[in-house]
Amino acid sequence: MKPFDYQRATDADSAISVVSRDPEAHYIGGGTNLVDHMKLGITEPGKLVDITRLPYDRVESLPDGRVRIGATVRNSDLAAEPVIRQRYPVLAQALLSGASGQLRNLATTGGNLLQRTRCSYFQDVTTPCNKREPGSGCSALEGWNRHHAVLGASERCVATHPSDMAVALAALDAAVLVEGPDGQRTVPVTELHRLPGDEPERDTVLRHGELVTAVELPPLPFASRSRYRKVRDRASFAFALVSVAAVVELAEGTITDVRIALGGIAHKPWRATEAERVLRGAPATEETFLAAADAELAGAETLRDNEFKVPMTRNTLASVLRELTRQEGS
Amino acid sequence: MTGATRATPPGPERIEGRAKVTGTARYAFEHPVADPLYLHPLRATIARGRVTSVDTAAAERVDGVRLVLTPHNAEALVPIGDPELAVLQSDEIAFRGQLIGAVVAETQEAAAHAADLVGIRYERMAHDSDFRDDADVVYTPDADASPMLSPDLELGDVDAALAEAAFTVDATYTTPTEHHNPLEPHAVIAAWDDDGLTLHDSNQGSHLVRDLVAPLFGVDKERVSVISPHVGGAFGSKGMPHGHVALTALAARHTAGRPVKYALSRTQMFELVGYRPPTRQRVRLGADREGRLVATEHDSLEQTSRFKQYAEQSASASREMYTSPNRRVTNRLAALDVPAPTWMRAPGEAGGMYALESAMDELAVRAGIDPVELRLRNEPEVAPVSGLPFSSRNLPACLREGAERFGWHERDPRPGVRREGDWLVGTGVAASSFPSLFFPGSLATVRHESGGNYRVEIGAVDIGTGSRTALTQLAAEALEVPVEAVELRLGSTEQPHASLAGGSAGTASWGSTVVEAVRAFRTEHGHDPVAGAETTAGAGKNPDAGEYAMHSYGAQFAEVRVNADTGEVRVPRMLGVFAAGRIVNPRTAHSQFRGGMTMGISMALHEHSVVDERFGHVVNHDLAGYHIAGNADVGSVEVDWIDEHDPHVNPVGVKGIGEIGIVGTAAAIGNAAHHATGVRVRDLPLTPEKFLR
Repeated sequence: MKPFDYQRATDADSAISVVSRDPEAHYIGGGTNLVDHMKLGITEPGKLVDITRLPYDRVESLPDGRVRIGATVRNSDLAAEPVIRQRYPVLAQALLSGASGQLRNLATTGGNLLQRTRCSYFQDVTTPCNKREPGSGCSALEGWNRHHAVLGASERCVATHPSDMAVALAALDAAVLVEGPDGQRTVPVTELHRLPGDEPERDTVLRHGELVTAVELPPLPFASRSRYRKVRDRASFAFALVSVAAVVELAEGTITDVRIALGGIAHKPWRATEAERVLRGAPATEETFLAAADAELAGAETLRDNEFKVPMTRNTLASVLRELTRQEGS
Repeated sequence: MTGATRATPPGPERIEGRAKVTGTARYAFEHPVADPLYLHPLRATIARGRVTSVDTAAAERVDGVRLVLTPHNAEALVPIGDPELAVLQSDEIAFRGQLIGAVVAETQEAAAHAADLVGIRYERMAHDSDFRDDADVVYTPDADASPMLSPDLELGDVDAALAEAAFTVDATYTTPTEHHNPLEPHAVIAAWDDDGLTLHDSNQGSHLVRDLVAPLFGVDKERVSVISPHVGGAFGSKGMPHGHVALTALAARHTAGRPVKYALSRTQMFELVGYRPPTRQRVRLGADREGRLVATEHDSLEQTSRFKQYAEQSASASREMYTSPNRRVTNRLAALDVPAPTWMRAPGEAGGMYALESAMDELAVRAGIDPVELRLRNEPEVAPVSGLPFSSRNLPACLREGAERFGWHERDPRPGVRREGDWLVGTGVAASSFPSLFFPGSLATVRHESGGNYRVEIGAVDIGTGSRTALTQLAAEALEVPVEAVELRLGSTEQPHASLAGGSAGTASWGSTVVEAVRAFRTEHGHDPVAGAETTAGAGKNPDAGEYAMHSYGAQFAEVRVNADTGEVRVPRMLGVFAAGRIVNPRTAHSQFRGGMTMGISMALHEHSVVDERFGHVVNHDLAGYHIAGNADVGSVEVDWIDEHDPHVNPVGVKGIGEIGIVGTAAAIGNAAHHATGVRVRDLPLTPEKFLR
């Protein structure tokens, strides 16, 4: 690990000013991903600016029904927050399905959103990787790609985004509040992460020095009926093979509104707009669920080791929809 | 998923238990030494070729760096025939990750940072790391060359018997590369002074480490001390010293007496300390109308390293398991440019019995015979190949007792017909077997301190199994004193020579040694010895060795649930019933069996070191990528054993329990998964996609 400077930020403006002026500076929150990367030699920051003492550690219910989650709220605290458990169970479930208790105690909301892919080749500096070293080639394309993307990938990169929380946030139409040297802006979660395209080294649309300060959830009353289902190789402490976050509004056997996002299958949390289009206004039947899944997966492109993700996603999505609509009926 | 689990049976608590849970038991890296330096290794990033140059200038400029060792400046070691220990003795690279140098510095961080700055140039050569059944890599190991290798076996006419059999199975099973990953990584502190070399080392045999390291450095054995009071798991990976021990001792030659410390990272443990090689096993079984085997064929192909041969011998599991008049057993190796494999918990049996016991289940389904009953019908009266009587063989008792306890008799044999919610439910059974081994050559010293208090010393290593406690019990029993009156010392070359902690032979070998030493002590000093009376003795040759076939046995039962939508596999319930001779300490024995079965769940569902043959390395080389069973994956694991008195195996009647728990587990789970789903997976591990429909 390369030696580095460390400083603890006391206010956002100076933190942003320090980081945006220094291309080798990084913010650090819980450090559950960045510190690993430093040990592995993937990232070699010259300076770390610790933002965990900034006043972004609260979950607030706003008068208009929105909920604002501070960027440094820890994953365990967020999962335990009554307003999240009651109004957005999909988010609490996603958080609790991620990592381990010890990691959730440290990991922050902002850091979880910005965690990087777990592609084994990305994490190994002795193998080529376009995301780590642009132009060096993608080792996963013709290597071990069981965990890799089936939607939205490119010839340059087939990595997947590892967050569970971000998948739930994508289904909830959450917005990310960002502050930078040029002021504040709001980015929908669904537009925060990029598809790899020709620049797989860029995970998100954020510019160097921009700081995530909060995530806002819309009121979305029907989100109280929502579910996160994560399919993985073991019962805990494993990244998703595929995951489904779904929010369903049902009236007399018809799906009146729906939000779905998929995890483990793309370079970003995958908002399943095609599936939503099929489901909206349709009867809550097995045929509808499968047709919705097929519509979403029509463009899937598989690799040597990840063909299974297509039927697994299809089955899991149908299973989650079955469960959510059965709940409504009973 | 939790279920009722039988309470831990009684037995003395682990003597060092309190020290371990309070953190005062010292593992290799934790021994306080004065003014230590830290080593960070340099490892090859190509799979075959040569190091042409090493630029150490930038590394040497890092603050705190004291030494950069390379193949070009390392001192010559004495060749002792182990290529793993001949570190930095040439510029040749035989596998990716090979040790090609080291940085030694005042801090771990400085050593690691400087290691990143070393510029290494290579001459690359084409490598071959693709495990496959091709004539260009496959060969027959020379069985005369090593007592560990068994020659091919051919009895009767297998092909003719198969042609006439009423029921046949012809199936190929594959098992992947697996890595041990004990909780405590391999670690060593090396220090040279005028007296010689002191190693604080994590190993399975401190005397063995001494016996290899001393000649490597051309010094007398008496000048090498190896101290290993506590070892945090090993599973075979610490059976032989690996290159890191030689590298650290080599580095410490240059530090003017300052100790050099090195603990392997998890990633390095996927390259430097051995692994269970992948296997491809074809099993052909033929049975008559009643399900009696008329033919058994088991051919195994396993990976080895061109750099250093290791043979797993999986097919040998079928030599003596069941009766069969016609039998063919062969073991082949595929030599590749990969790190050297080594023993991993139940080497040979774990993978070999997975194949045989899966095939037996397939035969049971085909013949319409209950799988417990099928095994009972193929019970041999004497060992099938040698014709020797069994010293004891209680597999039928294990199967019957297990079936009763598990509720096997209510089982509907039809596959894929039980569903609870989203889950398909099934049950499976498999048999276990492991040879009962005894390693000669250990010595123990018995000393009467005073007032009926004794000290017993034996240079064995307790790798976490409970040996310290079991040996104390056996010593106290032989001395006819309470356990509190015995102070047992082990874990160091300061004590008399003891054999390796391996082959599940520890309690059998060292226990017999301790008991024989007590007898010799009583003969010499009587029952009222003076204070300071002392005798050193060992166990003689077992007169029954070669007269009996000696194995332990067990029966494994598993309940498995497979998610109908996602293919996820869960094991809510397991039961293992074993017959393993005398159980010295029920409490710690229970833990050994259960640990073996838990590792078997891991083998069945999770463990898989994925090799990328383009690079020749394990891609998922950390514990995020290489999955082992977590608590949530392990449901109820019940363990019990048959009371077994075996007068032939050794003076203490102990057969060994460290490994048999993993044998058969994966087959029982795979068989149960088939019963649940109707899908027969012959390729470990049983990951969800293999059950997706």
